[in-house]
Amino acid sequence: MSEIAHALIVTGYILSVVLTLAALLTWMERKQSALMQDRIGANRASILGFRAIGLFHIIADSLKMFLKEDFVPARGVRLFHTLAPFISAFCALAIFACIPFGPSLPLGDTTVNLWIFDSDISLLYVLALGSLGIYGIFFAGWSSHNKFAYLGAMRGAAQMLSYEIALGISLIGLIMVYGSLSLNDIVHYQGRQLFGFLPAWGVFLQPLACLIFLTAGIAESKRNPFDMPEGESEIIGYFTEYSSMKFGLFFLADFIEVVVVAALVTVLFFGGWQVPYLQADGFQLPGGTHWELAPLAVGLIQVGAFCAKLFFFCWLQLTIRWTLPRFRYDQLMRLGWQFLLPLSIANILVTGIILVCR
Amino acid sequence: MAKPKLNLLERLYLPEILRGLLITTRHHFANLTVHILHRVGLAKGKRGAVTFQYPEDPRPVARRLRARHRLMKRPDGSTRCVACMMCETICPAHCIYIVADEHPDPRIEKRPKSFDIDLGICVMCGYCVEACPEDAIRMDTYITETSSFTREGMLLTLDDLMNHHNEDNFPKHTSS
Repeated sequence: MSEIAHALIVTGYILSVVLTLAALLTWMERKQSALMQDRIGANRASILGFRAIGLFHIIADSLKMFLKEDFVPARGVRLFHTLAPFISAFCALAIFACIPFGPSLPLGDTTVNLWIFDSDISLLYVLALGSLGIYGIFFAGWSSHNKFAYLGAMRGAAQMLSYEIALGISLIGLIMVYGSLSLNDIVHYQGRQLFGFLPAWGVFLQPLACLIFLTAGIAESKRNPFDMPEGESEIIGYFTEYSSMKFGLFFLADFIEVVVVAALVTVLFFGGWQVPYLQADGFQLPGGTHWELAPLAVGLIQVGAFCAKLFFFCWLQLTIRWTLPRFRYDQLMRLGWQFLLPLSIANILVTGIILVCR
Repeated sequence: MAKPKLNLLERLYLPEILRGLLITTRHHFANLTVHILHRVGLAKGKRGAVTFQYPEDPRPVARRLRARHRLMKRPDGSTRCVACMMCETICPAHCIYIVADEHPDPRIEKRPKSFDIDLGICVMCGYCVEACPEDAIRMDTYITETSSFTREGMLLTLDDLMNHHNEDNFPKHTSS
């Protein structure tokens, strides 16, 4: 198989997983919130009387988006107004380029690597693209020529900048333990075992960093309890002046970011595609029991494990989003600067001391 | 209002978040289980939601609910109304318009030629029912969906008031 064909197939696979999950999340968010609040949720859209527990709402919503008027404010800046949703969606999607969705699958005489690129700067690339997402928000607010949108963009930019720092610094302890910035190496490292029985997942090595990363990650994806940039129920946010598919793209980018955070938490802290005790040749339980498996079967189990973990963390984020009330803006800033940042710095210190004394 | 004093665990915030997450997750999975059981035809007595799926699953209404009016009939099918104008007089919203006519039966003085109720003005107070000396008008149809796209559509005529498609559902008690 040629290099390009391989890359295209893997890209197609990853995009289809991510976009399907993101589309599904729009439905899941409505249904899950309904179940949590003792309601039924979206179930009206039907095709020939079939309602498919509300799944057709995804189609109905996107059709509606496509058919609406594409509105640009008369005194807005058309170029940036159009560019903003693309930047948002691009930055969220491009992160998946270096996330390993599975191990190298041996298919016949070739191997399929389920990641698009792997390098020593993967983690920096992820953080860089995460930061670039601010431009999408800021262009949207600024080019709309609307004070509310502008204020929303300012809130969004301030929030993302603040939490970016805690997010980045919380990862340093992790990098010190793993000794690599390549996400592939990080996942491989997590295949080891601690004390002979505990999988060496990031969450066991760096529990505090995991908590900080999850918090800052949710804040980065601008969802409840950190949804100050938008605040859909009270304050209005940076995409006030957006309609049609441009709004749809922002909306989709929001859910892609949920998948991004889920994927990063999975890869960095929960072993990526690693399954506990599953080695390259089958299960190797701590008691000494061994269960032989074909390499392809092992690979497929690991791909499935990654998808299951991804789904679990999407679910967790939705649960958090529908459980916690929104922070006040000053509380948000205090949490970011006075709480998460010092904690993540202390985490580096403690990690360093442990690594040196070991 | 005095702020409640938080203890250390509550101030740490995380345990309380976990408690909240547990509550919502419990609701989520309990309701999900009930819904799945409904799908396979089990646990019919248990409700997975407190909401009603309105058009298919209307809320049970109280028996005393004052809903859309109807005019009662005599055994021969003609209206029981004698056009005495009591309801039109007492109506605080002035939404009843009666035109009286001679009744062919000499023992009955009058009958309504037309009997219109403008539901767009009606306040559903039920005074007309109380005032009626003949028990000719009642508000026990349980029809609550009376909307229309035009003002004219809100006007109920004698025919609308006497003939209903769901007549079988009306209370059968007190017929004289």
